[in-house]
Amino acid sequence: MLAKTYADFQSEGRAPEILFWVGCAGSFDARAQKVTRALCEILNHAGIQFAILGNEERCTGDPARRAGNEFLFQMTAMMNIETLNMYGVKKIVTACPHCFNILKNEYPELGGHYEVAHHTQLLQELIQNGKIKLKEGGDFKGKRITYHDSCYLGRANGVYEAPRAVLEALDVDLVEMKRSRQNGLCCGAGGAQMWKEDEPGDKRINTERIEEVLSASPAIVAANCPFCITMLQDGLKAKEKNEQVMVLDLSEMILNNL
Amino acid sequence: MVQTLLFLLVLAVTGWFAWKGYRRVWQNIGLGKAENIGGDTAARWRNVLLVAFGQQKMFRMSLPAVLHLFIYVAFVITQIELIEIFVDGLTGHHRFFAPYLGDFYTFVISFIEILSVLAFVATVIFLARRNVLRLPRFTKPEMKGWPFRDANLILLGEIILITGIFCMNGGDKVLQSRGVEHYPLTGAFAVSSWLGPALFGGLGDGTVIAIERFGWWLHILTVFGFLCYLPYSKHLHILLAFPNTWYARLSPKGKMENMPEVQKEVRIMMGLEQPDPNAAAELPEFGANDVFSLGWHNILQAYSCTECGRCTASCPANLTGKKLSPRKVMMDVRDRAEEVGKNIEAGKFTRENYNDGKSLFDYISPEELHACTTCNACVEACPVLINPLDIILKMRRHEILTQSAGPAEWLPMFNAIENNGAAWAMSDDRDLWRHSS
Repeated sequence: MLAKTYADFQSEGRAPEILFWVGCAGSFDARAQKVTRALCEILNHAGIQFAILGNEERCTGDPARRAGNEFLFQMTAMMNIETLNMYGVKKIVTACPHCFNILKNEYPELGGHYEVAHHTQLLQELIQNGKIKLKEGGDFKGKRITYHDSCYLGRANGVYEAPRAVLEALDVDLVEMKRSRQNGLCCGAGGAQMWKEDEPGDKRINTERIEEVLSASPAIVAANCPFCITMLQDGLKAKEKNEQVMVLDLSEMILNNL
Repeated sequence: MVQTLLFLLVLAVTGWFAWKGYRRVWQNIGLGKAENIGGDTAARWRNVLLVAFGQQKMFRMSLPAVLHLFIYVAFVITQIELIEIFVDGLTGHHRFFAPYLGDFYTFVISFIEILSVLAFVATVIFLARRNVLRLPRFTKPEMKGWPFRDANLILLGEIILITGIFCMNGGDKVLQSRGVEHYPLTGAFAVSSWLGPALFGGLGDGTVIAIERFGWWLHILTVFGFLCYLPYSKHLHILLAFPNTWYARLSPKGKMENMPEVQKEVRIMMGLEQPDPNAAAELPEFGANDVFSLGWHNILQAYSCTECGRCTASCPANLTGKKLSPRKVMMDVRDRAEEVGKNIEAGKFTRENYNDGKSLFDYISPEELHACTTCNACVEACPVLINPLDIILKMRRHEILTQSAGPAEWLPMFNAIENNGAAWAMSDDRDLWRHSS
């Protein structure tokens, strides 16, 4: 079994160490599902007792809140908090920086207090404390790789180093784009843009970003967010470069080197 | 005696105009809603000292940072000489500090002179960047007209200030060397000791005295003019950067402000809380559509903005040709506050029943609001911790919650979250990924 639900654990009379918050993209988007499965495999490999909420998980409300729909956000958030508190959840890991931000920063005011980590932070910790051991060499050793900071992990929460430390552990040849860390350029999906067309302009934001990615001429662009992955992949497809450059989540890269 | 009377008159006029100008700004900021900004005073002091006083965030771009630093330090240090000019103006006592401070006085004035030269160079480069090189961020559509002239006026004012200082000190040095009465000897000043004789050395005593007094008056009148002009200019940042950094939000940038009033409604709806029997039946307006529904801190931020455009230059929407410009959002809030303030002052409306048929949406269009990706690049870029995103989000809330408007494309997402608990309408189980590959 790839992952058990909290309810499964409860029926066994046990409690997991940590909840894996899968999120809507991780649950339904075909590309993001791969990341979800990769993270589950890593957690299993590291012997971590984790659970998911399964059908009891709801959208955190991030796109609704950023769009301006506070009522909808409050409703969905309150339902999630009821579920989380009912199970007595203490620790959460998520592979989506939007879920991470909202669970960590915005749920406490509504009565949901948890220790929340983004999966890149957990991956760094697992590598550091030796719970996961990476193959010597491996597929990415010496590969030219650039890293795209997501806004909600980077600027929004100041997490720049954990993902880079993970890449370092993979022994990659990391080339930074000009706009990285605090100056990282958005992929264009945040603030509920994922659910609408761009406003009129000269070009799409993901085109602007992918041009910068391509100027670093990497073999792989590493990302940490399901929406960034979609945007970057769409950008590459539009440039007909999706054969040359791969977009990978950090968990997929780690899984490959276990 | 004549000079003292003239000085007192100018001082009184300046005081009157300054009082009017600054009171207006104060009142306009007060148009915003009360906000409870508290917490960690140590962190707030750190922001004031590092970001405002220490200009930490300016140094993300080193060339403008260094040039800006010259002007800033010159401005701050020159205030010492300004005290002396005041004493001279009020009492006629020339170079009041000189005998008490001795060599140190010479050092201070020399220091001011060197900084003034550096500030002069910086000002010329800044003028060139705006008028000759025409840097993209200074020539965006919102900078056309008044904002463009405002910037040039300030830079021109700085050149006049520096010219005044060197006429005054240069003339003084020449007169000192000739032993003219009322011009006691000071040590050699770094710049005017050679600049003065070079420029004015061949002129008669009377002319040089006139030049010295001209410089003195030019400097003090420009300072007074500046003081009265500031409340109407983007240059107000030299004062408001300090309170603005003090009041800047300390939470992570990703955290959106909660709406306790909506939270309460939803809790009542879900049966988690009992309704208050005394509560008004009608729901209040949500979000912001005018300065009255913004927080006063949003308006303070608008007045603190010096229109440098780093926010707009880093905005992904603006970079790709969309209409949104975070700087324009701040300028629009200020312009609207000015308009509302003027109408209230003219007695057309009161704050409580204000209705001129306009709102902030006449300044900031839905198209601009809808282009925002909430990426926080603008917030990160601002050297004085202004947060344009907060205003954009408050206006989006008004659009959705109060006007029931907004992009139609968002409706399926809203419906999916409400009915399916997911951001997309999916009939599958949420954990189907466990069983497929």
